[in-house]
Amino acid sequence: MSDVAERVKKIVVEHLGVEEAKVTENASFIDDLGADSLDTVELVMAFEEEFGCEIPDDAAEKILTVKDAIDFISKANA
Amino acid sequence: MFNLTGKNALVTGASGGIGRAIATLLHQAGATVAIHGTRREALDALAAELGDRVHVLTANLSKTDEVEQLVKDAEAAMGSLDILVNNAGITKDGLVMRMKDEDWEAVIAVNLTAAFRLCRGAIKGMMKRRAGRIINITSIVGVTGNPGQVNYCASKAGMIGMTKSLAQEVASRGITVNAVAPGFIATAMTDELNDDQKTKLLSNIPLGRMGSVEDIAAAVLYLASDQAAYVTGQTLHVNGGMAMI
Repeated sequence: MSDVAERVKKIVVEHLGVEEAKVTENASFIDDLGADSLDTVELVMAFEEEFGCEIPDDAAEKILTVKDAIDFISKANA
Repeated sequence: MFNLTGKNALVTGASGGIGRAIATLLHQAGATVAIHGTRREALDALAAELGDRVHVLTANLSKTDEVEQLVKDAEAAMGSLDILVNNAGITKDGLVMRMKDEDWEAVIAVNLTAAFRLCRGAIKGMMKRRAGRIINITSIVGVTGNPGQVNYCASKAGMIGMTKSLAQEVASRGITVNAVAPGFIATAMTDELNDDQKTKLLSNIPLGRMGSVEDIAAAVLYLASDQAAYVTGQTLHVNGGMAMI
């Protein structure tokens, strides 16, 4: 697992208070991990802070799963 | 009854009459307070009077970067920000026909936009901690209107709308957002009224007196307390019955 993926998963576990095993790459923040709309905003802000990148609103809207987040951040920091 | 021991509060406009009373009462209730204002000397004097658990912060609220820095400075000084009191406000009165764009914009910038930015900055930490209190000091005229104060009244009405929206956004995180709307309060501003004006004013106030700055501070203390946990999105009118809304 890449470093980005590990860090993303760690943030998700911390923010949503879910078990690590549930945070699979295909897990949807809202449908599978119980996040509400505020949680998703908080997650995006936490990603921005952790990775020092900016995630514009239109990109943030498309980040629905753990994999979406990993892909976006990997690309942004490439 | 209201104990704020261990809580950290930022009060903007604390060099003025109402802000000073709010900072003093929150401090008396045990809170650590960051007092913000533009007049450093008045803030230093207040800090000296209050003793420990006080931090003095200055910032020009019409400057975006200074507003954003203010929240960061408060959090750095106190460790966190549990209570935000948006009290700072200015007036630039004039009849609409003669009001300059600058007078409109300056009042909206300080009274409404700065309050918005401070809320936005403060809720980040509050959301993480799942707790927080925001109290916006609006005004009776934000609801009733007042000739010669379109800019001020619009800014204060704007604060009430902002309070209600923000309250809904952050309620699930244990953060409450309320407003306090003073009526006529005896301050340096109302001292300038002549006797005729005062008599006329008082005739419209069922409780028969102007409010004191302590009356407003008491309302803020209540909303800042744990006891007000089930109150959010409200505007608490403290006006001697002058308007019952």
